[in-house]
Amino acid sequence: MKRTILSEFSDIPLDRGILSDRLIGKRRTKRLRRLGDNQQYNGGRVAYFLQQLINGLTLGSIYGLIAIGYTMVYGIIGMINFAHGDIFMIGAFISVITFLVLGALGITFVPLALVVVLLMAMIFTAIYGWSVERVAYRPLRGSFRLAPLISAIGVSIALQNAVQIAQGARVKPMEPVIAGGLTLFTDSNNFDVVISYLQIFIMVLTVVLMAGFTYVITRTSLGRQQRACEQDRTMAGLIGVNVDRTISTTFVMGAVLAAVAGLMVTLQYGVIDFYIGFLAGTKAFTAAVLGGIGSLPGAMLGGILIGLIEAFWSAYFTIEYKDVATFGILVLVLIFRPTGLLGKPEVEKV
Amino acid sequence: MADMKNAVATPGQGGFDVGAALKESGKAAFVAGLLGLPLLALKADNFGSKLGLVYRWDALFIAIAAVFVGRFLLILLSGRQKKSEGGVFAAFGKGIHSNMALIGLAGLVIGVLLPVVYPDRYVIYIATTFMIYVMLGWGLNIVVGLAGLLDLGYVAFYAVGAYSYALIASQFGWSFWVVLPLAGLFAAFFGVILGFPVLRLRGDYLAIVTLGFGEIIRVILINWTDFTGGPNGISGIPPITFFGLPFKNGDHGTFASFFGIAHSPVQRIIFLYFVILTLATLTNLFTQRMRKLPVGRAWEALREDEIACRSLGINPTNIKLSAFALGAMFGGFAGSFFSVRAGFVSPESFTFIESAVILAIVVLGGMGSQLGVVIAAFFVVILPEVFREFEEYRMLLFGLAMMVIMVWRPNGLLSFREPTIRLHPKKESA
Repeated sequence: MKRTILSEFSDIPLDRGILSDRLIGKRRTKRLRRLGDNQQYNGGRVAYFLQQLINGLTLGSIYGLIAIGYTMVYGIIGMINFAHGDIFMIGAFISVITFLVLGALGITFVPLALVVVLLMAMIFTAIYGWSVERVAYRPLRGSFRLAPLISAIGVSIALQNAVQIAQGARVKPMEPVIAGGLTLFTDSNNFDVVISYLQIFIMVLTVVLMAGFTYVITRTSLGRQQRACEQDRTMAGLIGVNVDRTISTTFVMGAVLAAVAGLMVTLQYGVIDFYIGFLAGTKAFTAAVLGGIGSLPGAMLGGILIGLIEAFWSAYFTIEYKDVATFGILVLVLIFRPTGLLGKPEVEKV
Repeated sequence: MADMKNAVATPGQGGFDVGAALKESGKAAFVAGLLGLPLLALKADNFGSKLGLVYRWDALFIAIAAVFVGRFLLILLSGRQKKSEGGVFAAFGKGIHSNMALIGLAGLVIGVLLPVVYPDRYVIYIATTFMIYVMLGWGLNIVVGLAGLLDLGYVAFYAVGAYSYALIASQFGWSFWVVLPLAGLFAAFFGVILGFPVLRLRGDYLAIVTLGFGEIIRVILINWTDFTGGPNGISGIPPITFFGLPFKNGDHGTFASFFGIAHSPVQRIIFLYFVILTLATLTNLFTQRMRKLPVGRAWEALREDEIACRSLGINPTNIKLSAFALGAMFGGFAGSFFSVRAGFVSPESFTFIESAVILAIVVLGGMGSQLGVVIAAFFVVILPEVFREFEEYRMLLFGLAMMVIMVWRPNGLLSFREPTIRLHPKKESA
């Protein structure tokens, strides 16, 4: 008997996103169990809480960086860029490959390698973001609302499968590049609160990037053009803003941030595969909506909130239902604030 | 490779200029080269537990060459047929719409005659799958096409229907015909539960909430092992019976013995096909009827202008809720059919990609067009079958096709849309 098409559309194995049970969940559960034991014997509650806070902030930074890509694109052309999660996945793959190339070239000095990988991931992922916009979205600008969305879903399916074919379906492991960490303090029950150098790196990089982007958006001519296009594309075009180029730049900026997030995930979790984009993308989009879509600080806030919710839910309740918790909180927030936490209420005009 | 299509740009202006075309193709090939360099030419291959680099410059050069040639041909073609295309399609769409009843009837006759003319297992099987998608498409069309609500989690209702039948039938042994309406009710109930708090959200917020709802249902199906069987799903679901007569070998009380014919496994498959054909036809008739009722008109009015609707005293939440629940109900019917046909359900059949495919059917077909759904479902079901030989490239081609069709026909394949009612029916507009 032939297998049904219904099941064939979904022959991607179950739940393989970042932080899924299969990839990272196991590790995390193991770590949690260890922590849980500590807690049981010693009752290191405050320390345990702080540790989860650090983990949540790290995860939240990553979600926030991806969420900015969604929010910027939504703000400027009002579409959900469904392929953005896959752009992030491509960023992760390019990071891994660049590490391998550097290894083959014999460059092992870690700071240099990191800088090179970061740059390469940004550049090549940006080209992907640019091409996707050029090919799949630009011809659809001005057509009705759902057309670019379907096109984006098509691109997302295509990118996932292209990477699966080109790079293989197996999970790609990475050895830790930045090892070690700081023990912040040890409480009276011998529970160490550790912040790894990698987590510091992730948070610092996120803050730097956020500062940089806020500067670009608020102070530079490019940012002014973007805000102009966001408010009124036709009018912006009339007063001499190159609308096409501004939109392209927006996609490039989103892709650059997604690439950084891809590198961070590669470093932090040490395993990637072609399917990580979907769940990360969904979470990041949730973050963008939670914070109020179209708002940059909102995206970052939403990302951090989602990261914290996941970390704490996994720590104190069940890791299996963390996605349920995330979406549940999203629904709750939207019921009371229909435009998200920092979103501007939409004034509907007739 | 993905890069191949990445090179489509705006078509050249006016006459055909070989130099400009070559230059444009060169640019496209250059971009393709940059795209392919990290992911195509270099492969991070697994060697045991470690990764190693594998170089595939040949693949990169083939891709660049293919993009160059492809882009050149595209410019050549788009230069040739510039104006005619849109007009032809619009006229085609209009022609189809003015003979809608006739086409629908012809389609139904073909559908009924298919198993008689072509009693081939494989063909009937594919036709059944096709009809499931048509039914799902029509169900979602109520929500997306008529009421204009973007639902990215339609598969959740499909799953509710499928698990309803699977659980009730295997626990209590109730027949398919009893469970079918129940499954629809359950799905509609879930639709109301989800819809009630979120339907006042704007379009794109609704999209993410429905997407989240789809994921929540799936996560629960995976993790509530005692109830749903977890990732292994539920197997051994009772098969369909001919209104109480089972399709199996035996002398008494079976379908074959009742009608005095020899038993053959294809009988069950053909019966299943007729069941889904009936269900889908009912869905369509129901929708067509609804469009003429006040509530159906309110759906379309709401899609066009919410504020105007409010001013006329229509309660948007209730109207949206009715569309949402009805769409969900048909999803539930289709789901319970899915589980009686397959005899096995697992959360794997209800991933997001399934929702995306159903939504793609609605949008590719041209929103709100019932016939468009059929045509798009044909693409979506038959295309992967045709590409079966390409196996691993199948989904890649599917994704690209989705994108290309959308870019080529942004309003869907049948984009001609006529309002269901008009003030002065005699006057032909457009």
